[in-house]
Amino acid sequence: MKFGILVNEGPYTHQASDSAYLFVKAAIDQGHEIFRVFFYHDGVNNGTRLATPPQDDRHIPNRWSELAKEHNIDLVLCVAAAQRRGMVDADEMKRNKKDADNIAENFRISGLGQLIEAGIQADRLITFGD
Amino acid sequence: MLHTVNKSPFEKNSLETCLRLTEQDSTVLLIEDGVYGALKGTKIEDLVSESLSNVKMYVLGPDLMARGLDKNSLINNIEIIDYQDFVKLAVENERIQNWL
Repeated sequence: MKFGILVNEGPYTHQASDSAYLFVKAAIDQGHEIFRVFFYHDGVNNGTRLATPPQDDRHIPNRWSELAKEHNIDLVLCVAAAQRRGMVDADEMKRNKKDADNIAENFRISGLGQLIEAGIQADRLITFGD
Repeated sequence: MLHTVNKSPFEKNSLETCLRLTEQDSTVLLIEDGVYGALKGTKIEDLVSESLSNVKMYVLGPDLMARGLDKNSLINNIEIIDYQDFVKLAVENERIQNWL
């Protein structure tokens, strides 16, 4: 079965990012496909490569990057939410004339259409967040 | 239909709203702070107990344990499940409503 996942909450806020991650892991364990994880609102902050949590804490952005690499999962940050919060990839850096980019590996920035598509293409869409 | 509730009923009224709108044979899964809705001896216990004649209710075990609670704290007939079971519920139910 194909799952679409929507994450609406930033990392280390409450629990949404952890719940979504553990759900995705369990779904993969059972042989399901994750069509896409879409990060919206403060959820886009899950995609920063500049996070440095304490060593004994989980590294939420890296954990997503590694899972995506291992299982070829599409991690998408909403562009409008990302721009508001200073989440920038190389293209957006050039386009908006910024001096840096900060997107973690295996994340990409795209539009809300990607969420709609996940809703259509996936068998189930599950939302985690506030 | 599967409903998930992730907020404490003492913080937000999403569990009450959910239980008002669930139909016969719905499934409700309490996750994150939503697990507080499954506790015995709270002001929402009666509402939750009554709804159990219509809906099947589950609580996510890891989230319950993370809050220092276990099955002894729960209202009867609420079942503890893990993430693997959460996925199975999502597969079994064609529609999912996540109350946030």
